[in-house]
Amino acid sequence: MSPEEMARFRLIEGTFRDCCLKWGYKEVRTPTLEYLHLFTSTGTLTPGMLGKVYSFLDWDGWSGERVVLRPDGTIPVARLYIDSMEGEELAKLFYIANVFIFEATGKKTRERWQCGAELIGAGSLSADAELVMLALEVLKQLKLEGIELRLSHAGLIKALLAKLGLSAEEQTRMFDRILDGDTEVLAKVKLERPELGKTLHSLLELKGKSAEFAKKLKALFAQDLPEFKPYIDGCTNIAELLEALGCDYQIDIASGRGFEYYTGVIFQFFKGEEKIGGGGRYDALIPLMGGEDTPASGFALYLDRLMNLVKPEALAKPSEQSILIRAEPQAAKEGFRTAARLHEAGYRAEFYLGVQEPADFDWTLDIQSKPPKFILTDQVKGQKVAAKTMNEVLKLVKR
Amino acid sequence: MINNLKIALPKGHLLAQTSALLKRAGWGLGGYHEQTRFYRIKSGGFPRLSARVFHERDIPIQVAIGNYDLGICGLDWIEELLAKYPSSALLKVKNLRYGEGALYVAASPAEGVSTVEEVRAKPGTIRIASEYPNLAESFALNLRLRRFGVFPLWGAAEVYPPESADLALVSGTTEELSLYGLVPISRGLNVNAFLIANRDSWKAKNMNEIMSSVEKALIPESVRPRPAGEKHPPMPEIQYPAEEAAKDVVRLALPDGHQQSPTLRLLNKAGIRLDDYPSAAGNRRPTADLPGVTIKVIRPQDMPLQVANGNFDLAITGRDWLREHLYQFPSSPAKELVDLKSGKVKIVAVVSQDLSVADVRDLRELNAERAAPLRVASEYVNIADKYARDNHLSLYRVIPTWGASEAFLPEDADLLIENTQTGQTLARHNLKIIDTLFESTACLIGSSKRISSSIKRESTKSIIKILRMAVEEI
Repeated sequence: MSPEEMARFRLIEGTFRDCCLKWGYKEVRTPTLEYLHLFTSTGTLTPGMLGKVYSFLDWDGWSGERVVLRPDGTIPVARLYIDSMEGEELAKLFYIANVFIFEATGKKTRERWQCGAELIGAGSLSADAELVMLALEVLKQLKLEGIELRLSHAGLIKALLAKLGLSAEEQTRMFDRILDGDTEVLAKVKLERPELGKTLHSLLELKGKSAEFAKKLKALFAQDLPEFKPYIDGCTNIAELLEALGCDYQIDIASGRGFEYYTGVIFQFFKGEEKIGGGGRYDALIPLMGGEDTPASGFALYLDRLMNLVKPEALAKPSEQSILIRAEPQAAKEGFRTAARLHEAGYRAEFYLGVQEPADFDWTLDIQSKPPKFILTDQVKGQKVAAKTMNEVLKLVKR
Repeated sequence: MINNLKIALPKGHLLAQTSALLKRAGWGLGGYHEQTRFYRIKSGGFPRLSARVFHERDIPIQVAIGNYDLGICGLDWIEELLAKYPSSALLKVKNLRYGEGALYVAASPAEGVSTVEEVRAKPGTIRIASEYPNLAESFALNLRLRRFGVFPLWGAAEVYPPESADLALVSGTTEELSLYGLVPISRGLNVNAFLIANRDSWKAKNMNEIMSSVEKALIPESVRPRPAGEKHPPMPEIQYPAEEAAKDVVRLALPDGHQQSPTLRLLNKAGIRLDDYPSAAGNRRPTADLPGVTIKVIRPQDMPLQVANGNFDLAITGRDWLREHLYQFPSSPAKELVDLKSGKVKIVAVVSQDLSVADVRDLRELNAERAAPLRVASEYVNIADKYARDNHLSLYRVIPTWGASEAFLPEDADLLIENTQTGQTLARHNLKIIDTLFESTACLIGSSKRISSSIKRESTKSIIKILRMAVEEI
């Protein structure tokens, strides 16, 4: 990343950190290199995703077991929780990490950055809503407008697939395809299976906003498909709460792009057609990885995509004054000493290397071997002042 | 525009039918038959076409990297490459409708698993042995195995279950599996011979004439005879060591292939009598008059990894293969116990006579001047990689080969890391040795890990001792 890109990166990272800390989340960091088996069992990552990971044999890998460059942020955090925090009833954790996924076109970067937050141990409607609010707060602080929130539900998709009369393996395969972003899967099934009931048809096309829509949904299913009630409730309850909080959303059942470990509500954040983040409930992941039965949910924002969306005006200008120090060869020692003093006093001071443009700085400070030792030029006003001591210089630059 | 076209053709089980197909297609490849001693053949039918004969496994790699425009090989090896490198420049152009077979994930009934669910429910790491390590990994991911390790093999995967692996991914038929004492757990991939092309050649070169000649020569689906089931000599019933005794039993691996006779001579000299080794029926579990020892016959290339894994306690292999393993896994417990002194070869760096290079320094200078990466072909990929690294050959790539590597130079590789006994084969191929890496002989290898069973420790010691004495007598 170039300095300009790093400035965007740090802005997003900093905003995300501030928001997380204010909501009481604590930062964690996990290893870049993990065991592949953390990601392989059913209910973690789909085979589609696992086919794109960077895995290899370690220098001591003669058992044939592979290690992998972390392809996801949540699973390592779940492992960290199980290994060293399991006694804690509630763990609110956040991370800023890179993940590695092969991308065949070579147009997108294969190392991607994520800002993620995980809420382990709560498993309530409020917990899910808190994560959505936190994500939206970050996006708002970054002055991104027109963010669309789409809601779906992993349990509802699974129940639907079961209802389609598919074998267990087919169900898993289709669920994985939906998670990998194939939005056509359900539509295709609908075409191929005209005998499906009217209710199921309408569910496949489920799209809509507002609590009114949610209420209608509830009524429809209570009557025709009572077994779907818990999932519909899971979806509509959070929708109602978010609406009460003044949050816009869209329910879109067929678009459940995400991770195989999701069990409940899935939320995705879009800016236009671009997905900039997502998350959901994953109650089964921690027990699946050998931990205790612990509910959890989390989300991640895609830092690389946000970097392209942040407006230049959102980038904070460095607030400190900048000083270019030009020392005569005999006064070089004095020049470096002066730079150190200025840094201590909170200024940005650079040593002149024959290339920098004085106009890019607030001040230039010439250091001479003969008195007056210092000549300070105000680049903004174009005024020159001489000074004998460092203290005088400090007084002068303090505008 | 007239372009020259190069095709890679298979040795082995696809040769007869490929040769017949190309004869019908009028390619006029007179030298392409079972007894062929030529590797490069000009086409009589299409003057701009030339062919080179490869081990089947080399063909997709050669076509993908652009050394050859076209190739014919089994779908198994194509998918093996694509499983790991999906964006390879490889096109599957035509199913040639012969060479049918399938890949199976198989287990031993002795292990008590016969379904995917049972495999998934097994605790611990599932060990999968295969000549197709990339496909084995894809299968494991698709079967959603929780935790697995893949043993990449040079061959004989069928003999690994149940003691040395839980599953084997093998090509063959269900009848063949049952001969090996295995049951299929999942049918993986239907295999056929395929015509493949390099993607860039396919776009840039005119292949219409050649393609239509193949098209016309294909036997129509309807008149194809069903392949008759091959007859196999009966295999002796497999005796597995009883479970409680297993921890005290020494597991010895003996080599297959041309190392069999020197190995047998040495064992006989040590007073060990073997039954059915070498085996005419392909039996890979011979017996010996050594109490407390079980024997399996596997590829010498695969032995160091298997000793490191603890699947075997002792093995007779070559120092070259031990080094190859140790370069990949420097902290491996596999180590040489006895130098058996037979089968002496030198591992050498080889270039074409036509290259004005006398030593590796010349080669480094030559390589620094050219834009294309130096192509280093070798059966020993880790030894070759280390050699190139240690000698600072700046831009290079290692091309794995499966035999007859000397025929790679000069067209398909620039440098070869190869073993040689007398250097005559190399000279016959117009090649010269520019460096000797090390000398290799047959050796007995074992693990530096302590053996916990005292009975086994004693038996291991005594085998090492009698072999050492036998070597000193020679």
